[in-house]
Amino acid sequence: MMKPDIERLYRQMARMRFFEEAQADLWDRGLIPGEMHLGIGEEAVVAGVLDHLEEGDALALDHRSTPPLVARGVDLASMLLEVMGEEEGLCRGMGGHMHLFSREHLAGSSGIVGSSAPLGAGFALAAQCLSPGAVAFSFFGDGAANQGLVLESLNLASAWKLPQVFVCKDNRWAITTRTRSVTGGCLARRAASFGMPAYRVDGTQVEKVWVAAGKAVRRARAGRGPSFILASCPRMEGHFLGDPLLRVYREPLKQTVEIGPPLARAMLSKPLAALIQRCGYLGNIGRTIATLGGERYLLAIDPLRRGAKLLSEEARARIESEAKSEVAEAVSRAMERRGRND
Amino acid sequence: MTRMTFASAIDHALETAMERDNRVVVLGEDVTMLRRNLYVRFGPKRVRQTPISEAAFLGAGVGAAMAGLRPVVEIMLVDFIAVAYDALLNEATKVRAFSGGKWSVPLVVRAACGGGYGDGGQHEQCLWGMLAGMPGLSVVVPSNPADAAGLMLSALACDDPVVFLEHKLLSDYWLDYLGGASRGTVSFDVPAEGTEGEVEKPPRPVPIGEGRVVAQGSDLSIFSLGVSLHRCLEALPSLADKGIRAEVIDLRSVAPLDRDLIVDSARKTGRVLVVDEDFIGFGLSGEIAAVMAEAGLKVDFARVCTEGVIPFARRLEDEALPNVRRIAEAALAMASR
Ligand SMILES: Cc1ncc(C[n+]2csc(CCOP(=O)(O)OP(=O)(O)O)c2C)c(N)n1
Repeated sequence: MMKPDIERLYRQMARMRFFEEAQADLWDRGLIPGEMHLGIGEEAVVAGVLDHLEEGDALALDHRSTPPLVARGVDLASMLLEVMGEEEGLCRGMGGHMHLFSREHLAGSSGIVGSSAPLGAGFALAAQCLSPGAVAFSFFGDGAANQGLVLESLNLASAWKLPQVFVCKDNRWAITTRTRSVTGGCLARRAASFGMPAYRVDGTQVEKVWVAAGKAVRRARAGRGPSFILASCPRMEGHFLGDPLLRVYREPLKQTVEIGPPLARAMLSKPLAALIQRCGYLGNIGRTIATLGGERYLLAIDPLRRGAKLLSEEARARIESEAKSEVAEAVSRAMERRGRND
Repeated sequence: MTRMTFASAIDHALETAMERDNRVVVLGEDVTMLRRNLYVRFGPKRVRQTPISEAAFLGAGVGAAMAGLRPVVEIMLVDFIAVAYDALLNEATKVRAFSGGKWSVPLVVRAACGGGYGDGGQHEQCLWGMLAGMPGLSVVVPSNPADAAGLMLSALACDDPVVFLEHKLLSDYWLDYLGGASRGTVSFDVPAEGTEGEVEKPPRPVPIGEGRVVAQGSDLSIFSLGVSLHRCLEALPSLADKGIRAEVIDLRSVAPLDRDLIVDSARKTGRVLVVDEDFIGFGLSGEIAAVMAEAGLKVDFARVCTEGVIPFARRLEDEALPNVRRIAEAALAMASR
């Protein structure tokens, strides 16, 4: 059996992580407007899958599109310029971080949850007709797996034997909703019921993702149809930067002052007989916030830490420092070009 | 009268209706948190969290409304309604006609809309023109807390489907979530008059289909709504400096449109400027032109609207959405014709 090149995988993970951290910094400084969904925590999933990518393969991405594009080799500075809304950005400032497109890499993304599945199916259809052997990857979250678009695409891909790999990054959350609380059955079995192999992997273990993805990609390249990978991973930065639920932990006092009084008023509105029931409802909200905090601060396993254990200390340090300087160089290139425009 | 924010005024209207009528239920993604004040009061049966399955839960809202509930279905941002369009286009708005008038769909669709905070072209659209194009659908767009509460109450009382659009620049929590307002290193051009104001307790219903004259004038009629209305009001002083007295009308409802108010004002001033954050083509602004033409009015007409895909870059976005400069220029150009 083939073995993964751990150094290569770890290099990609480090590049993605430092890139995401650079974006977080720019966002904090107000240089990136709007929402910012980072892929911190998803690096092992992305690296393990995209290590199998070859020239001519296509990427259909969701609102956490930057890590796959970093791994794909899109110019880092042009992406930074784009998310800052600069004319010289990858999409001339028109797209922003949820709508990144690189035609030369056959990579597109969308902020509409679920739409990476049909987009990927279309890329796969074109591959089937125009360049047999090429594969389309669709990345989406566990929340998206309940979207009709995704379910219909699973069927389409199976019925047409499309060379498509569905990658579900299961961080167990969709904004403030625990996916399990709104999902019937099991996602992997659901995908399997469409007649395709479905792999469940620990998405913090890059080597395991790599093995499952290898099988999926070989199957697709051989023209035998799609596969589904369900990879669990942590959500380290909340849904988006500045996530109000994480702020409950990061600035508890401020959040309590803001959220508390209206909640108390709602609790105490008439009829007061309902108070006991309402305590239960309030408890549900409390439990959600507690679960979220527990997963983030106590249970989350950082895929990079895990990956690092597979390497010598020397290799880890060398790879990280190379990745760090690559990103730092991209940041300064982007800032310099940005400065010129101001 | 109590001072309320735009968002809490809507909450208050919902709370009032839910208290009066236990058939009123709220469905949507993340509503346990987003509507937590309603959730702790009314519980999970009436404030119900959905999966990200808009086609299913908006469609289910139609069925639930036909069978006796009065659902408020939340489509987080109106842009996302695209994946659930069937529920409105071919189901909710057809039932009354198809049943020979014997059955109706008392459904409220609540969605956030609008731009001005850097979220790009899939999250900042208004789309009220597209929605209002469906016969049988009412579409309301409040510009201040009292109207927000009053229109929500009327929507809840309506026996037919109503889309209630909540502009994100007016709702503090949306700017926090989607604009990242908490970081303190960004700012937004938020119209103060729209975000906070006096609301009656319980709110006084605002009739659907009724506009309001916000500023009186005789030289020019400006028809607008939502955040754009505030941009129009901001442009007034610079017009007054040039001796132009503009009448500003808050349409409040896109469908049905307050045709009488439009025609009366246009007849009086002879010049009409429509300021509409929605797309320029095949929508509200063109509809207003048609209303005037049908009334036999010959007026000067111009429009300031959003003309293409909303750019992500803040600078480009500010130019793409109706802004004070574009409004003033258009008004001046008209007045000097
Ligand atoms: C059609 C649609 N519905 C709702 C949203 C709002 N939204 C953006 S991200 C998100 C959660 C997505 O969850 P998941 O797919 O699990 O991805 P995650 O954010 O957890 O990585 C939601 C509901 C959207 N963008 N598009």
